[in-house]
Amino acid sequence: MKFVLSEVNLWYNDFQALQNVSMDIKANEVTAFIGPSGCGKSTLIKSLNRMNDLIEGCKITGFIQLDGEDVYGSMDVNLLRKRVGMVFQKPNPFPMSVYDNIAFGPRTHGIKNKRELDEIVEKSLHDAAIWDEVKDRLKKSALGLSGGQQQRLCIARALSVSPDVLLMDEPTSALDPISTGKIEDLVMELKKNYTVIIVTHNMQQATRISDKTAFFLLGEVIEFGDTDQIFSMPRDKRCEDYITGRFG
Amino acid sequence: MVVKMDYIKKQIKRKKTSDWVRFFAMWISVIITVSILLYIVGFILIRGIPHIRPSLFSLTYTTQNQSLFPALVTTIYMVGITLLIAVPFGIFTAIYLVEYASRGSKVVKIIRMTTETLAGIPSIVFGLFGYIFFANWLGWGKSILAGCFTLAIMILPIIMRTTEESLKSIPDAYREGSFSLGAGRLRTVIRVTLPSAMPGVFAGIILSVGRIVGETAALIYTIGSVIKIPESLFSQGRTLALHVLQLAGEGHHRNEAYATAVVLLVVVLSINLLSSFIERKFKNRL
Ligand SMILES: Nc1ncnc2c1ncn2[C@@H]1O[C@H](COP(=O)(O)OP(=O)(O)OP(=O)(O)O)[C@@H](O)[C@H]1O
Ligand SMILES: [Mg+2]
Repeated sequence: MKFVLSEVNLWYNDFQALQNVSMDIKANEVTAFIGPSGCGKSTLIKSLNRMNDLIEGCKITGFIQLDGEDVYGSMDVNLLRKRVGMVFQKPNPFPMSVYDNIAFGPRTHGIKNKRELDEIVEKSLHDAAIWDEVKDRLKKSALGLSGGQQQRLCIARALSVSPDVLLMDEPTSALDPISTGKIEDLVMELKKNYTVIIVTHNMQQATRISDKTAFFLLGEVIEFGDTDQIFSMPRDKRCEDYITGRFG
Repeated sequence: MVVKMDYIKKQIKRKKTSDWVRFFAMWISVIITVSILLYIVGFILIRGIPHIRPSLFSLTYTTQNQSLFPALVTTIYMVGITLLIAVPFGIFTAIYLVEYASRGSKVVKIIRMTTETLAGIPSIVFGLFGYIFFANWLGWGKSILAGCFTLAIMILPIIMRTTEESLKSIPDAYREGSFSLGAGRLRTVIRVTLPSAMPGVFAGIILSVGRIVGETAALIYTIGSVIKIPESLFSQGRTLALHVLQLAGEGHHRNEAYATAVVLLVVVLSINLLSSFIERKFKNRL
């Protein structure tokens, strides 16, 4: 098990956004979070690398363990985030060169050697399937790339600190079908070495790339299981309605 | 149908007239603004340039020769030292307010109110405060140092405000990106947010320089009026603006006053050019 969650409750001030969430997330699998807007998918994904710490009035109870270690215990937040990388809904490359974008993470964790950095940059860009497109413009601003390229750059940036887990919050919602396809292929490739958790509103995408699926509703995990099973014979009526588009 | 067409035509016509009105209003205000500026600058140049003589730039001021050189040097010192005091302080405070303090906390409100109040105080009041606090109470006497600290307090709100605004305009997405890679707050500020905010910070510095170079009221009681190239931080001095004020006030040296004003203009202009040059350098690096 990579992540073990038990009885996770989360509040934004008085509003309870997660209710008794318990689930086990296996290593080297792709887990998809699906569910209607506002049901807590982003909230849960952000509590896995403690990005919620930045939000005032956010309170969390229960346990989240990463490789058996309590995420909210004495663990160093920065090291946790190094182990659990994140890709956001909107591509957010830094206003720096392509190279510096990727080198930012390793430099943060103390790597100064130029040769070593060069290697990391090339490898990360390769792994994110964007090396060929940017290898001649490493010194140019990353903001000049297209949206799809920027998102793959952000994936490369997340990979640059060699995490174990990759959290992706609707990584393709701002992209065209071709870029989306590239990123889906990439996710399938990445799961050999990483554990991937992906939030998506696209049912086909979930079936194409995920091994496990969790269906959320109003802060609760209604159903969690193999993607094949969830999409072919969901146990819960609400889950079935949502998947078949009859929801609400 | 016909009625409708007529209506639409009328609308188009009305739109056109209002466009014309807007067009004229805009150009008239542009012309007025520019001509006032040109008039002032031209007036000073015409009155001043004929009286610029090499002797105005001799190393010392005497009653025979109203050299502006000591005042020029003093002005440059004052700009440098004042910025050295106020800029780091202003930037750090702004960083604290935007990046560290929890939004809407008491401390933030108090700091904000204080700076806003500071910004609204007339400069002569700063002058009196500087005289009492720095010159007398701290025992620095009327000196360059007392003057610089007085000016530093005056420009602090400008630096803080501009830095704060430009930090606030940096999208949170950058911060999130940085945190999600395991960078701490300090690294995020230094490497990600502050560099992006630099153009705004420079705008604040340019405004402040204008304020420093043009200030007289806050300096009359704090830096004295000895016209010599300052030897230490505790020397008295006189800036160009003060020099113009004194020369014009005394009445015998109107021409020298205008000549000095020309130099003052050139100083302000070149500092602004230099800052925008540095700013551009910074922007290109992003
Ligand atoms: N910073 C916050 N402060 C207060 N409430 C919040 C905050 N962030 C999210 N919420 C609330 O928590 C609930 C869950 O939000 P969350 O962003 O996790 O939804 P989501 O499932 O990711 O939705 P979407 O599919 O639209 O991204 C929502 O009702 C939302 O309004
Ligand atoms: Mg979301």
